[in-house]
Amino acid sequence: MKGLGELERTVMEVLWDRDNGATAREVGRALADERDLAHTTVMTVLDRLAKKGFLVREREGRAWRYRPVATKEAYVAELMLGALNMTGDRDAALAYFARSVSGDEADLLRRVLDEVEGT
Amino acid sequence: MTGTALLALVAAGSALGAHRLTHARWTWRTPRTAIVLWQALGLAWGLASIGTLLGFGVAPYGQGVVVGVARFFADPQALSPVRIASVAAGLLFMLLLIAMLLVAIVGVFRARRRHRALLALVAHGDPEMPGTLVLDHPAAAAYCVPGVRSSKVVVSAGTLEILGPYELAAVLDHERAHVRERHDLVLLPFTSLRRIFPQSRMVGRTLDAVELLVEMAADDRARRHRPAKELATALLRFAAARPAPTPAGTLGATGTATADETSPIVVRVRRLLSPAPLPRPLRGAMLAGATLVAVLPLILYAIPA
Repeated sequence: MKGLGELERTVMEVLWDRDNGATAREVGRALADERDLAHTTVMTVLDRLAKKGFLVREREGRAWRYRPVATKEAYVAELMLGALNMTGDRDAALAYFARSVSGDEADLLRRVLDEVEGT
Repeated sequence: MTGTALLALVAAGSALGAHRLTHARWTWRTPRTAIVLWQALGLAWGLASIGTLLGFGVAPYGQGVVVGVARFFADPQALSPVRIASVAAGLLFMLLLIAMLLVAIVGVFRARRRHRALLALVAHGDPEMPGTLVLDHPAAAAYCVPGVRSSKVVVSAGTLEILGPYELAAVLDHERAHVRERHDLVLLPFTSLRRIFPQSRMVGRTLDAVELLVEMAADDRARRHRPAKELATALLRFAAARPAPTPAGTLGATGTATADETSPIVVRVRRLLSPAPLPRPLRGAMLAGATLVAVLPLILYAIPA
């Protein structure tokens, strides 16, 4: 049994693959081949993801239909913007290996690289 | 009045010292000690500035800052309006510094929580790099999300593209050094100072200097167990592949970057390839000096004059 975090990922993957979102039952059915999950487990995971702000839900009969708030690509882009330090905010939330450089500087770095590798 | 005059002197002296230190290059030969010196200067500057205002305000009591402020609260009427204003300014400045530090801490924790939650959903592990997460994005990025219980080192697919296996290992060692030495906590007071004085070039240069020293400290640790050249070429390859920062209206970290030998990346590379660490006695003397600088204002707070 994998952790709750892994389960959340798996559930998000299912929802990202669908255009129309899914109910807890549909998610459970989609995952039935890989693993046998209790219906309540799926509901708990969906509820947690909605509380964290990754899913929105709307009533559908007696069940909820869940949809992702943003695409997977959008989240990756958000993380990369922070990682590339392009949000314009110099905060200390992350520690970077190297900051972005200007075009001129990149040329210089390539020259130095040739020099260093030549030794 | 002597204590207050000395506090003013310490405030001015630490500002001058910080100014000199932003232009210093010898600090690169011992980044960790230099970081301690920066912290001591920052602390001394804050304490001495606050102390000068408080000390001037409560000078008529002739009992020093600590006792004077206590008496001020017991009987504020005894002082003239100018003195009262000075005490109020001192207290407000102290509250401002503390509040901005707290705001910075809360902001950083929020940003990290969001970042972690997103990583958990979209990043994946790699069996060849235990403890490291991979983001599927073509741009080059390598960074760590520091944390008390769990720190995450993250690299993008673009980074794996451009770096060889040894270079990548060097980068990961560098990032783990940031995590182990809690460099995020080192930077926190300086970034919060930046928020209080966003226009100050002096504060901006201070932040630049401390950030560079933190990188050098991590470089030094990464170099301990592997050839420095791996990290040096990784640094060059990696930085050259990064897109230039162009968000409109923001002065990015490299807004004033210069394309010559003073470029931070080149400085780090040169230093990795020909290290010249300061001798141990000198470093010891620096540490002693830093301690003295940090403690001096506190002693002056207590002087009854």
